[in-house]
Amino acid sequence: MTAVADTPATGPAGTLGSADPEPGPEETGREQHPQRPALELVPSSRRADVAATTNLTAEQIEELGRRLDAIRDRILAERGACDAAYIRNVIGKQRALEVGGRALLFAGVLPPAWIAGTAMLSIAKILENMEIGHNVMHGQWDWMRDPKIHSSTWEWDNVSSSAEWRHSHNYMHHTYTNVVGKDRDVGYGILRLSEEQRWNPYYLGNPIYNVLLSLFFEYGVALHDLEVEKVVAGEKPLSRVWQQLKSIGRKAGRQAFKDYLAFPALAGPFFLPVLAGNLTANLVRNVWSHAVIFCGHFPTGAVQFAPEQLEDESRGEWYVRQLLGSANLDGGRYFHLMTGQLSFQIEHHLFPDLPSNRYAEIAPEVRALCAEYGLEYTSGPLWKQYLQVLGTINRLALPNGRR
Amino acid sequence: MFRSAPSGRRLLAAVSRLTTPLLPEDFLTLVDPLWSTTSLRGRVVARRRETGRAVSVTIEPGRGWAGHTAGQYVGVGIDVDGVRYRRSYSLSGPEGTDHLTVTVQEVPGGVVSTKLVRDLPIGTVVELEQAGGDFTLPDPLPAKLLFVTAGSGITPVMSMLRTLDRRGTMPDAVLVHSARTPEDTIFAAELAGLAARHPSLRVVLRHTSVTGRLDPAAVDETVPDRAERTVYACGPAALLDALGDAWEGLRAERFTAPARTAEGTGGTVDLGGAPLEVGPGQSLLEAGEAAGRVMPSGCRMGICFGCVLPLREGRVRDLRTGEAHGEPGDLVQTCINSACGPARIELP
Repeated sequence: MTAVADTPATGPAGTLGSADPEPGPEETGREQHPQRPALELVPSSRRADVAATTNLTAEQIEELGRRLDAIRDRILAERGACDAAYIRNVIGKQRALEVGGRALLFAGVLPPAWIAGTAMLSIAKILENMEIGHNVMHGQWDWMRDPKIHSSTWEWDNVSSSAEWRHSHNYMHHTYTNVVGKDRDVGYGILRLSEEQRWNPYYLGNPIYNVLLSLFFEYGVALHDLEVEKVVAGEKPLSRVWQQLKSIGRKAGRQAFKDYLAFPALAGPFFLPVLAGNLTANLVRNVWSHAVIFCGHFPTGAVQFAPEQLEDESRGEWYVRQLLGSANLDGGRYFHLMTGQLSFQIEHHLFPDLPSNRYAEIAPEVRALCAEYGLEYTSGPLWKQYLQVLGTINRLALPNGRR
Repeated sequence: MFRSAPSGRRLLAAVSRLTTPLLPEDFLTLVDPLWSTTSLRGRVVARRRETGRAVSVTIEPGRGWAGHTAGQYVGVGIDVDGVRYRRSYSLSGPEGTDHLTVTVQEVPGGVVSTKLVRDLPIGTVVELEQAGGDFTLPDPLPAKLLFVTAGSGITPVMSMLRTLDRRGTMPDAVLVHSARTPEDTIFAAELAGLAARHPSLRVVLRHTSVTGRLDPAAVDETVPDRAERTVYACGPAALLDALGDAWEGLRAERFTAPARTAEGTGGTVDLGGAPLEVGPGQSLLEAGEAAGRVMPSGCRMGICFGCVLPLREGRVRDLRTGEAHGEPGDLVQTCINSACGPARIELP
């Protein structure tokens, strides 16, 4: 199966946008301003597929799949009142934190109040996006049949609308995890995060784009739903993009009005401290969620896959791809809470719809299974994983950024 | 459902600019869950044991509660082991009270009735729907009434009798009520008291352990002028079927779902999202709820039409009659229809 690495990356069904009639700028000499290229793939040693990455036989892979299914079935049978109490408690605490933080910011001319208020609001926004919004929209709590805590009704404090997010994240990212050219979370359409993306001078700015993406992550997420390169390739109608833009604009407008105008104005003479606090909280949330999410799939050890992997992929192979393509973060209980349990990225990718409070409980079992089957279970502290991600981003800014 | 002045709505809209993407109520309900403006809720304020297996639960409703007419039922959503279940129960309290009361008898194996009867602490918050149902007394009242009830079928009639009692206008009425044993008779003492207070009310209590099951002939024997009376009946399906066959013009309220057919049912249904496998004999509502969807529902027995959803493609099969039916655009009752082959139904 490693043979795919030797074939030119024309890709199946031309989805990769690198067909021959369109030579790259370096071949035509039409060197222009660096422009963001369509995701182009070149052969690479890092391309892998599940069978080639493991020493497991097909039978072993299916056996592993059945054992993972058994973990899932057990949690499904167990979940009940305690889990429901958990999410309701988190939601209640998060809203109390938000109210408290905003109230303290009204006294924000006093530095201690500003710091405390901004910290509370930042934590509230992080919890709202990660432990609550992301997980509710995954349908992790749909089984409660509470219309207030349901994937079909939830809307989050982010400029990407929940409907767009459920498509780009739940479907595209979780189905095609780490398949370069299919999973748009690989690079968010602006970064080079894989050798498979053909280099061009635009990518010299890779580290800078990453800092910007980190600061404005919620906008990056919303805009990456637009799939601009698909529009350029003529695969996506402009009308659909316009529809998405209007949705993003509406939401961004409402968010901006609330955080940057209404609440500061309510504070009257203390307009500026409130504005600064809200802005800081949004930035903190963006930087934090960007770090956690990038550490989930791009540290050393997390594997990327060729689109061929998707052909006839079995349930067991799907599990192994999710396992190998994800990386965990080590930390304590409150750290896990603040990552929305995405510090258990591996468990989340194996079982995206299990209640998040259960990931910690099943992680040791998944780790033991990995050891038994000789699969790498990537895990490390946040600082170490993030440094690795930054290293990859810097390395891939250059043409042949091999390890 | 919510009677708020336009100025109240404008204020709510303004405040929601500050709570977006949430609603003001998402914060207000942290203080009191009953302050919801989008869903009606209630709080359990009292429980009274009626018999060994029946309790009356009194619920304080939120502001939106529009009251009920004696004989109607109410949809109640309660959480059992973290999962919300919605059921309809007849209201047993009189009209015009601030609180509402349902009287529930434990059904063997019933998830919700067991929870309600055995383990629903005071202070529990429940989801409510507005009262519904047309098993109600007409205005003006008929000159002569006969109520035939069995088991927990007494509950809607109790609401009627209590209402008439409060109004002080008890017409010429006979109640024939059957329960298993004297100990198992819900409201026995109160019924005796009502009969003592109102000479125009006659109460006949029967016990199946002594005189066997109630049937039309037994009622005719007890109430010789039965044919002159307007008859209201509520109880097990077998009793209602027998009364319906024997007498004309019966007004009946059914508590249990009619017999179902499993023949030729089941299939894959698209409710939006992942396709749903509906098993043979399983209703669309049950299948949707089992898959974690929030399905509108009400009586769950094909009566209240609280569960209807538009059918877009395919047909469905009625579990009561076994008949396949449905055109695109039809509103189908998900509680008593199953799939018959592939279909698409729109869930809002």
